[in-house]
Amino acid sequence: MEKFVTITSNITPLAIEDIDTDQIIPARFLKATTREGFGDNLFRDWRYDEQNNPKKDFVLNNSDYAGAKILVAGKNFGCGSSREHAAWAITDAGFKVVVSSFFADIFKNNALNNGLLPVQVSQQFLNTVFEKVQADKNLKLNVDLEKQKIEIVGHNVSESFEINDYKKTCLINGYDDIDYLLSIKDKIEAYEKGSKYLSLISK
Amino acid sequence: MAAKTLFDKVWDAHVVTEIKGGPSVLYIDKHLVHEVTSPQAFSGLEKRGISLFRLQNTLATADHNVPTKDQHLPIKEALSRQQVEKLTENCNKFGVTLYGLGHPYQGIVHVIGPELGVTLPGMTMVCGDSHTSTHGAFGSIAFGIGTSEVEQVMATQCLMQSKPKTMKIEINGKLGKGVVSKDIILYIISKISAAGGTGYFVEFAGSAIRSLSMEARMTICNMSIEMGARGGMIAPDETTFEYIKGREFAPKGAKFEEAVAYWKTLFSDEDAKFDQVLTYKAEDIEPMITYGTNPGMGIKVSGHIPAETEIDAASRLSFKKSLEYMDFQPGASLIGKQVNYVFIGSCTNSRIEDLRLVAEFVKGKKKASNINAYVIPGSKQVEKQAIAEGIDKVLAEAGFELREPGCSACLGMNEDKVPKGEYCVSTSNRNFEGRQGPGARTLLVSPLTAAAVAVSGKIVDVRDFNLN
Repeated sequence: MEKFVTITSNITPLAIEDIDTDQIIPARFLKATTREGFGDNLFRDWRYDEQNNPKKDFVLNNSDYAGAKILVAGKNFGCGSSREHAAWAITDAGFKVVVSSFFADIFKNNALNNGLLPVQVSQQFLNTVFEKVQADKNLKLNVDLEKQKIEIVGHNVSESFEINDYKKTCLINGYDDIDYLLSIKDKIEAYEKGSKYLSLISK
Repeated sequence: MAAKTLFDKVWDAHVVTEIKGGPSVLYIDKHLVHEVTSPQAFSGLEKRGISLFRLQNTLATADHNVPTKDQHLPIKEALSRQQVEKLTENCNKFGVTLYGLGHPYQGIVHVIGPELGVTLPGMTMVCGDSHTSTHGAFGSIAFGIGTSEVEQVMATQCLMQSKPKTMKIEINGKLGKGVVSKDIILYIISKISAAGGTGYFVEFAGSAIRSLSMEARMTICNMSIEMGARGGMIAPDETTFEYIKGREFAPKGAKFEEAVAYWKTLFSDEDAKFDQVLTYKAEDIEPMITYGTNPGMGIKVSGHIPAETEIDAASRLSFKKSLEYMDFQPGASLIGKQVNYVFIGSCTNSRIEDLRLVAEFVKGKKKASNINAYVIPGSKQVEKQAIAEGIDKVLAEAGFELREPGCSACLGMNEDKVPKGEYCVSTSNRNFEGRQGPGARTLLVSPLTAAAVAVSGKIVDVRDFNLN
């Protein structure tokens, strides 16, 4: 996994609530057997019409927001299907951070497992970002994982965000969970030997 | 000893170790695998040069991509075929048990686990599929995971998980005429919203839940993810033990008795503390339907879509976008609205009791001429049972065709799709934009309401029919 560093970037604002993973990447694009290339179909049905022409009014097609590494979305982002393809599509499209006032649980885990940082902010902070980006399309956010701080650059508006120490260490160092789990195999085997339940349910 | 919830009891029994300031390492008893969320995990193992840590805890099936007609022939759509073939290839290579196409146990992963006696009380179960919550109906901790986590479980039989908060949802009383378990869960989600359960593991309790069959309980736990909860669970009882007894992979004889003795300890202690408790009356629940693009946007079939003023200011934009997509007006009633598609199936409602409910209702009636219906059994076993009971014939006489098992038009990864702009009354679990096909408009209902709509050709209150 790529190491996470502090990021300052313009944003892609998507002021819609309850964005489910079927919107992020529709099921018909889940047929690939590798992790790459999902970015082309990120928000496919919001982004392209039936003839595959970009829809002008969709934010990802707006050159004012080009190059953004931070996606900012309405509350309950990533609800629905557990498809990790959603996190792959977002990272593949160049995003490093997703900001929302609320994340669905599975999406949050999937994001963290792919070096994509979900930053949960207050509804007020989110509203402020959406408001300010209307006036200044080049509005930038700074996300500092070490300090757990997100800031609207040049506006003196900032907030701290939560992340557990373990995940923070993983992101900063580019570790993944499997490396850790493989290192404690003896503990897992000891657990198995001691589990009465396992012997009950095994044939 | 401190009082514990059902969730705490099962969780605590599976913690291998805890990381300071971080998640717990949770042991996983059963890992279910399907073709869509596993290929990248298998290739991850290959890259690391490792195999599955505990093969016997892993079971695979093909369900998301499979056609529901002519399953004996090669899958026509190239990408779907490749993904299903990849699963077979991976299972052969790694030695994973696979109930693939053509196998008598093949079916939707959340239908076959319970019916084969793989799902048992007190287990931890995961699958790269959010509706893994279904298995919580047995009093197991079951939840959906992403592909990186699928790889973790394959590699180590463990997952790094932070302990969620606990919520109890109690439904007490007696359900009214025409109201079934799907209506209960749609009602709950309409009350607490599609995000109301996020961060929680939910226990469903109360007399109305106790009175439900195992399959009806599965429908409820299945959709706990639709309120954002990691999973839902129901304490096992005699109904549970009776259901499990004699199933293929369930413990047998003395081992079964020993297991039951343990399973009987799996309930929330009387003074156990939940982070949140919600209580509803069964009598308040009516046949439900969704009008919007998330499962929280539900109303009584006899009710009205909310007016804009009833929606929080912050959510109004999303509400409007949703109604625009559905082509509905705020404040409108849905009764009498013409619908041309009905889907009966999915891991929510494709079990034998669902098919019985539909068959009983449509017997002696005819499908409306405008209706295109999909009736998809959840598994080969369900299909076989339906045929043994003559359900296929009853359906055929009423103008329906019982097809072959799979996820089908719930998410349209195979060729079963709802065309753009069409309404589909569906027994599945998600009404997201484009879920059943690009531009398709989904309205979630119970199998009973779906059957009533199918014979009416429009949205109706099932209680307007003579119900036994």
